[in-house]
Amino acid sequence: MNNLQNGTSIKIDAKEIFYKDLNNFILDSALKGIKKIILNNVFGQRYIASRLYNIPKIEIEVFGTPGNDLGAFNDGHQITVYGNAQDGVGNTMNEGEIIIHGHAGDILGMSARGGKIFVRDYVGYRAALHMKHYKDKKPIIVIGGTAQDFIGEYMAGGIVILLGLGLKKGESHKPNFVGTGMHGGTIYIRGVVNSFQLGKEVGIVELTEEDHKIIEENVKKYANYFNKDVDEILNNDFIKLIPISKRPYGKLYVY
Amino acid sequence: MKSYLLPEFKIIRDDDRCIRCQVCVRQCGFGVHTYDEENDIIISDESKCVGCQRCAVFCPTNALTIMTNPYEYRPNANWRKEFINDVKKQAEGGGVILTGCGNDKPYKIYWDHIVLNASQVTNPSIDPLREPMELRTYLGSKTNQLEMVDGELKTVLTSQVMIETPIIFSALSYGAISFNAQTSLARAASEFGTLFNSGEGGLPKELRKYGKNAIVQCASGRFGVDPEYLNSSAVVEIKIGQGAKPGIGGHLPGEKVSIPVSRTRMIPEGTDALSPAPQHDIYSIEDLSTLIYALKETTNYEKPISVKIAAVHNSAAIASGMVRAGADIIALDGIRGGTGAAPKIIRDNVGIPIELALAAVDERLRKERIRNKCSIIVAGGFRNAGDIIKAIALGADAVYIATAALVAMGCTLCQKCYTGICNWGICTTDPWLSKRINPDIATKRLTNLLRGWSLEIKEMLGGMGINAIESLRGNRHHLRGVGLNKWELDVLGIKGAGE
Amino acid sequence: MKDLKNIANPFNDDKVSANCSIFGMMNLSGTTFSGKDILTAIKNMRVRSNGLGGGFACYGLYPKYPDHYALHLMYNTREAKEISENFIDKHFFITRAEEIPTKQIKEIIDPPEFWRYFVHPKTELDKNHYDDYVVEMVMTINTQIQDTFVFSSGKNMAVFKGVGFPGDIGRFFMIEDYTGYIWLAHGRFPTNTLGWWGGAHPFNILDWSVVHNGEISSYGTNQRFLEMYGYKCSLYTDTEVIAYAADLLMRRHNLPIEVASKILAPPLWNTIDRMDKKEKELYTSLRQVYGGLLMNGPFSIVIARNGEMIGLTDRVRLRPLTAAVNSDMLYISSEEAPIRLIDPNIEYAWIPKGGEPIIGRLSEKKVIYNEKLTLQDLNKEA
Ligand code: SF4
Ligand code: SF4
Repeated sequence: MNNLQNGTSIKIDAKEIFYKDLNNFILDSALKGIKKIILNNVFGQRYIASRLYNIPKIEIEVFGTPGNDLGAFNDGHQITVYGNAQDGVGNTMNEGEIIIHGHAGDILGMSARGGKIFVRDYVGYRAALHMKHYKDKKPIIVIGGTAQDFIGEYMAGGIVILLGLGLKKGESHKPNFVGTGMHGGTIYIRGVVNSFQLGKEVGIVELTEEDHKIIEENVKKYANYFNKDVDEILNNDFIKLIPISKRPYGKLYVY
Repeated sequence: MKSYLLPEFKIIRDDDRCIRCQVCVRQCGFGVHTYDEENDIIISDESKCVGCQRCAVFCPTNALTIMTNPYEYRPNANWRKEFINDVKKQAEGGGVILTGCGNDKPYKIYWDHIVLNASQVTNPSIDPLREPMELRTYLGSKTNQLEMVDGELKTVLTSQVMIETPIIFSALSYGAISFNAQTSLARAASEFGTLFNSGEGGLPKELRKYGKNAIVQCASGRFGVDPEYLNSSAVVEIKIGQGAKPGIGGHLPGEKVSIPVSRTRMIPEGTDALSPAPQHDIYSIEDLSTLIYALKETTNYEKPISVKIAAVHNSAAIASGMVRAGADIIALDGIRGGTGAAPKIIRDNVGIPIELALAAVDERLRKERIRNKCSIIVAGGFRNAGDIIKAIALGADAVYIATAALVAMGCTLCQKCYTGICNWGICTTDPWLSKRINPDIATKRLTNLLRGWSLEIKEMLGGMGINAIESLRGNRHHLRGVGLNKWELDVLGIKGAGE
Repeated sequence: MKDLKNIANPFNDDKVSANCSIFGMMNLSGTTFSGKDILTAIKNMRVRSNGLGGGFACYGLYPKYPDHYALHLMYNTREAKEISENFIDKHFFITRAEEIPTKQIKEIIDPPEFWRYFVHPKTELDKNHYDDYVVEMVMTINTQIQDTFVFSSGKNMAVFKGVGFPGDIGRFFMIEDYTGYIWLAHGRFPTNTLGWWGGAHPFNILDWSVVHNGEISSYGTNQRFLEMYGYKCSLYTDTEVIAYAADLLMRRHNLPIEVASKILAPPLWNTIDRMDKKEKELYTSLRQVYGGLLMNGPFSIVIARNGEMIGLTDRVRLRPLTAAVNSDMLYISSEEAPIRLIDPNIEYAWIPKGGEPIIGRLSEKKVIYNEKLTLQDLNKEA
């Protein structure tokens, strides 16, 4: 394996390395005290950072296109991708941060229970599916562009912020079935969504002071990562979606 | 002549609970209960009781228990109680035994021997509550091909009727059922986006506003059939036969022909309404075609024409002829289909189970490549959403329910519909009994049933990884047989479980 | 009559299912290129297949015989070859017959023999019935002659496929040595059967080749619908059903691909309800008449025919698909990584919406995706 160590950071040429070998190497490096790993020529290797359980936080930079389940079960590490990501980013993630300089595929942040994900452009189907929060853990996803259908499906907790950058003025967001089955958490959307695009379980409510604070704090981070104009983003109306009932299906059953 | 029959039901009144309120006296239209003022007791004449449970349900103190009379003749596998009693009845009365409701004999119910599939691993099941799940169905004849020229659709389909669930209320005619009952069916169909069927007794003027959701029948008696009737409908149905009494006509006794019934049927008050056994302008298949096109002409080709037959031995061949004769919808009514009145001997012995008829008809029409030319509606004893979804997978487009709808309104299948007395206010034209159906409540009960069954169908579809009902239609891979012989599996076109 | 069912579906399952990797690439100007890149791409997705099947389709590789039906057959026995060749000789004028060159490699064990024939139909039938004639002959060979299977039967195209990892199959057939302007590749992860050479993918009928990922829950409905139009689904695979559906809709019923894809993956009724009158009428009619061809359940597919390559997923996108363009090249793949691997200079890569086809068309030299969009919009499109 072609690598170059420099103090506590290391560079790897991942071309043609099988994912298992690559992840072995990442784990070994982390165990040796390496703090930053730069992966070059990544083409589809899966489960990057999934092996790093119970290991002090490291940083991973990915150049290329990482494979599915990037940062699945991530336990506190920071992963930055310079390129697009495929399906399953941050699947059941526990802690840490994933930053995508591009778009991401389907089921982004599915079942995440903690940590943050920032995507510069849009995301595929079913982002934030069944994301939850528990006690002090509260996952946050910030998406710069828009999303495809079923964003926030079954969402049980956490926060999604959908910025709609790149949409034309007055153009509505793309997804249908937004928050279908949602029973916890919050989705903030900047820009236009038609009511037929919303799942039947969610409702639009007024933003509070607290909401604006959350948005501002996370948009700042987003803008910082991707070099965008914070004020321009914030200088726009947001809507807030929350589930309207904790048990929307109560009337479904007879006994 | 002294009757040698014992009462069918036994009435037990808990005297500690009875408060002499006389609710039971008023509730029983058969006059079973009477109050003896002198002795302050309620007397019950059990011989008149039909076991409808009306009095028991309404007794405020739960003092009444109505149960089958537990008397026994000497056990005999051949001469069962029912047959002994039927002989006695006929010896005393000398006639044909009349009955109501569907066949109650233990013929094999194939639905109970067919199980459904579900997705595991290789494809995902779908959550019907949160993801789209489409039950919308269009009834009517389709073409085999659409033609497009330069991105423009050239083919124009003949009329199609949309239903939001594949469950339709089957024919229940006014006169056989009360005005309030028919009103409730019409309102429920229109609220839910499905259809009700007027039956052969015409459509009361007051219900014509629900015409968009009405299937109106044109049967051998032609009661109430005029151009206005035909045109105030979504579908016109030619009734050839009925599952409960294939080959038999009908007879609404003059006592039931009240003024409003006479107005709707367009016959004089108090006269018998006779439906001849055959349609006397249909003695063969080309005659059927003549009537189909007569109806199409009269309705300006705006309505699909349905033809309803009882499921009999060669239904498949008959159905094929019906499609070629121009029927847009084929309605098949199986041996367990209900009725307001039928000779018991016919109801219990003539026809074939709907499952087998449906499987044979669907397969035959496909072999002849004319399945797209018609929709298939099946009827005859559908008891729950499981039966319905299995029918769709066997090849049906939609299912007719009538008994289930009556049960939703209160019916307990006492089988005495032909008497004109119905303690639940359904199968009667008696104004006092009819009032027992409150259309607001009955409509709610019916839409609740449609909703519950539709949700269950969605659940099962989702489990199979399907989100549009058309992807299950005729999809027999999703069915397996349990406890069936080879010939039965072959006719049904399904494999055995585990295969 | 041979028992194809016993070969294709030995356990008598309702159907044979597989989960897979798919890849398609096309040069929109019709410039041909070798199979080297697609081999690299499909090898990159090795974890999506399990060694039980791989294959390739190539269009534009026989410029010397552009008007001949190119029959590609596999033979398991000498006798099979003899019977088949007699059959072909009886029903076709053979311009050229040759063995398909292969390279012995250790990963490929006990392969059959492969031959190709460039032919014209020997029939009185009118020219515009030739396609139907060829379909009938191919179905006859596939269902009647033992130990033989027709891999492909289109013009100026070929399918190379077999049991093994796609990378090994590609090397075995030496696909680097062929050049074409469309290439499809498939790596197979079968659920319920051992592989056999004829059952590998792409599946082809006439001009159509299909590679597919997913499992269709509506298979029984689709199969019985197609049977009414004379198709015999003898391989028990979703891929076969999709190929026949494509043939029926686009060749026989002459519907444009944009419409055909809306039959395989129609919009939801509540979307149709929101359309304007004319659109609504069209989409309603499509679902009314062709509801039996709705492919329900997860799928992503790439379909090719001479001059066209199409990518499509099911309407709620339960299987992945990524598309990318770079000047004249269009790529459609299960994953983005292999595209970037073989073409680092991609201009746009995007994730198409469920049920929205991506069409590469030679005659118009362009990519069509969601007609309302120009190519420049694509990188923004979600
Ligand atoms: S007929 Fe019905 S209402 Fe009358 S006594 Fe019997 S159960 Fe009660
Ligand atoms: S309804 Fe019940 S409580 Fe009232 S009189 Fe009859 S048995 Fe007694």
